[in-house]
Amino acid sequence: MTEQLSEDSAEQETRRRSFLAGVVAVLCGGLATLPPVVAAVWAFLDPLQRSSGAATFLPLTDLTNVPADGQPRQFPVIADRVDAWTGYQAEPIGAVYVKRDEGTERVEVLSATCPHAGCFVELDNAAGCFRCPCHNSSFTLDGGIVAPSPSPRSMDSLECEVSKAGAVSVKWQNFYTGIEDKVARK
Amino acid sequence: MRDASGHSESPGLDEVAGGSWISNWLDSRTGYRALVRSALYERVPGGARWRYVWGSTLVFAFMTQVITGLVLWASYSASAQTAWESVYYIQYEMTGGWLLRGLHHVMAQAMVVLLALHVMQVVIDGAYRAPREVNFWLGLVLMMLVLGMALTGYLLPWDQKGYWATRVATNLAGLVPLVGPSIQQLVVGGPDYGHHTLTRFFALHAGFLPATLVIFLVLHLTLFRKHGLHAKQPITKPDAMFWPDQVLKDAVAMLAVMAVVLGVILMPALRAILAGEPIVPGHLGAELGAPADPSEPYAAARPEWYFLFLFQFLKVFEGWGATGEFLGAIVVPGATLGIMFLMPIFGQWKLGHRFNIVFTIAILAGAGLLTAMALHEDYYALWADRSAFADVEKLIESTGGDDEKIFAALGHDKEKLNVFTNRREKLEAIRRSEAFLAAVKQAARDSSRAVELAGRPEKIPSTGALSLVRSDPLSQGPKLFAQHCQSCHAHIDPTAENAEEVFAKSSAANLFEFGRESWVRGLLDPKRVGGAAYFGNTAHKEGDMVSFVCEDFTDEDEWKQDDKEAVIFTLVAESGLLQGTGKKGTGRKKVIKRGQGLIADTDRCGSCHPYRDNETELGYAPDLNGWGSEEWLVGIITDPTHQRFYPDTNDRMPRFGVASEGGLQALSNKQIKLVSQWLRGSWYRPAVHSQASSVRDHP
Ligand code: FES
Repeated sequence: MTEQLSEDSAEQETRRRSFLAGVVAVLCGGLATLPPVVAAVWAFLDPLQRSSGAATFLPLTDLTNVPADGQPRQFPVIADRVDAWTGYQAEPIGAVYVKRDEGTERVEVLSATCPHAGCFVELDNAAGCFRCPCHNSSFTLDGGIVAPSPSPRSMDSLECEVSKAGAVSVKWQNFYTGIEDKVARK
Repeated sequence: MRDASGHSESPGLDEVAGGSWISNWLDSRTGYRALVRSALYERVPGGARWRYVWGSTLVFAFMTQVITGLVLWASYSASAQTAWESVYYIQYEMTGGWLLRGLHHVMAQAMVVLLALHVMQVVIDGAYRAPREVNFWLGLVLMMLVLGMALTGYLLPWDQKGYWATRVATNLAGLVPLVGPSIQQLVVGGPDYGHHTLTRFFALHAGFLPATLVIFLVLHLTLFRKHGLHAKQPITKPDAMFWPDQVLKDAVAMLAVMAVVLGVILMPALRAILAGEPIVPGHLGAELGAPADPSEPYAAARPEWYFLFLFQFLKVFEGWGATGEFLGAIVVPGATLGIMFLMPIFGQWKLGHRFNIVFTIAILAGAGLLTAMALHEDYYALWADRSAFADVEKLIESTGGDDEKIFAALGHDKEKLNVFTNRREKLEAIRRSEAFLAAVKQAARDSSRAVELAGRPEKIPSTGALSLVRSDPLSQGPKLFAQHCQSCHAHIDPTAENAEEVFAKSSAANLFEFGRESWVRGLLDPKRVGGAAYFGNTAHKEGDMVSFVCEDFTDEDEWKQDDKEAVIFTLVAESGLLQGTGKKGTGRKKVIKRGQGLIADTDRCGSCHPYRDNETELGYAPDLNGWGSEEWLVGIITDPTHQRFYPDTNDRMPRFGVASEGGLQALSNKQIKLVSQWLRGSWYRPAVHSQASSVRDHP
């Protein structure tokens, strides 16, 4: 009877120690693996920290280069650009359409990026409208949506300024695509 | 539950997980419980032991490399113009990049150490004997794969260190008879080092080698399981299970390895904390040298420490030429590996097993000794006292190193000559070590400057960081000056301890702070203008300028103190190097106006020097318009015999920017510009010095 008991408790003791050993082993192993996993995740998430910076006004062109008859014309947006470690000076970073209301000095700037999924919207001079080659969204020359359209909103207009001397500059921004609201990317 | 050895089975994972329906479902679909059980409930004869942990720690180290390596891969760009740049970005700009790279770098070294321990344990315990021969061979293949990954990984940052070490390694591969040159060209990716060297090394490092390693690792582990653990004899303790007894020991060992690795990475941080300095994360973990530059000698080139013994071993064969290198780099290491492959066969006999043990220990001890020798040679100057060899140095100098003359000077005493030769060799060793240590210092300076330049707000141009370094006056100026100017001109702070000594040896003016106030004051100081730091060692020693400064300029009736100050101030203004000298705004303008009048005055400076509208003709004394400016310096370096400078009285200064017919300029226009900018101290300085830049303004 007592022999049985002591054997039982001995076995219990072994089981208890084994259990403890197992727990400690898992803890140690987990702790040892933690640094590489943490470092990997930490570094991998680095892009989330990057932003394209605050939108700034960039010189675009001279008013004289914008047709006075209300016809839009395409202009490249030139700016310094940083791509991870590389810095580019005065590079085309995007394109816009600039349009002047007939007979006035009022200028309107439309981003050439399609609000649907980001393709490059083209100017279809023959048809007198904008057309996106990817999924055939059409826009009026004012950038308005032509239904039915895959694009959820009209073309994105950009803030612009015309100086007294006639220099046109634009506040360059990218917007989230595919949604109805025009939300600027950070 | 009892197994064959009579031990109760320990609580397993399935018990912890409970017999939940999920685990039942999963088990019925996958049979994972049996898998886990067979993985964990391996019998360990004689119980768990610390000596069995090395294999597991190696697997753990490899897993660490896979995890960190994959994420490094996600940010690395293998090309000659982006490799250094992307690694710079990982190390200095990416969040946690320094830790990621540090872990990968230090764990790679830990792996080599663990490999040595694992091999030693297997050989000493005789674990390679039948039926485990094949597994031993698989292990040796794994070892070579790991070393191959270490070798290929060293190049990937494309910094000076990796570049030059890899050049040596690949050149050695070219020594293999017949196929050597082809092998070399294949590895390098062409006749020269460049984009394809990197893409190939990267493919080897991150693709081919690890994939092969995984295959061999699976085979290695399968055979290990098939034959079971080879127990250390004699068995004194009862058997135990792999889980949890051996796993516990393995896990503790892994944790210890990780602790050591982290310790190595974080050591500089601890040092910074103790010294009260700010911690720069980019300086932790793996270092990044200056970008690889085939045109820039790199005397600090050494392989990674675990290959240092091979490097040193090659020196044994010095003087044997290519045969020696072939022997040292290929035959002997190849033979050693061959013997290791034969170990399981030798091990069948007791004597053979003993031989294996002795051989392994001898190889490791030999490698250790060679490593120590290599380090001793490199760092010898740190503890050797060079001044104790002053007499040797003197004798060599006075005899021009001529053996006959030395023998004569020693009174034709053989004994003395022996002693002398011995000490001369020691002196040589100190000199070599000093050169190495200086190169290491220079390398550190170059590296931190490259990092500083890469961190400019404009970032790195698309032509790569090397083009940044090459167009940096601070990086190039001192080197160009040392090569082309230093044989005549000194460039040393006159207050430095050995300045006079340096001046005495130079044959032209000291150009330290040329164009600045301190320099101009010296020039117009009667005590110094004729000294070695200015015209003392030139043909102008007794020229008009020296006599002007010593006679006219000291005449207090002619030159009031205020006038002198105005001239000094104006000259410095002319060079554009005025620094906060106190005078500002209109006060400054007034002084300059007065100085300009004095300099232009044809009764004063203007009697010789053309300046402003004084109509003094060019050709007698240097033009003082824009004196000391970048344009002026470029002009005089390009052609000192130009009308503006010394058309008739140029004293030995070469025309660096004028090519003789059909020849090349001694210095390109770009180089002349760099030297001029460096002399004027105009180079990029980071706005905030918190980057802990160790680059001093006047190296
Ligand atoms: S991206 Fe323009 S229509 Fe889809």
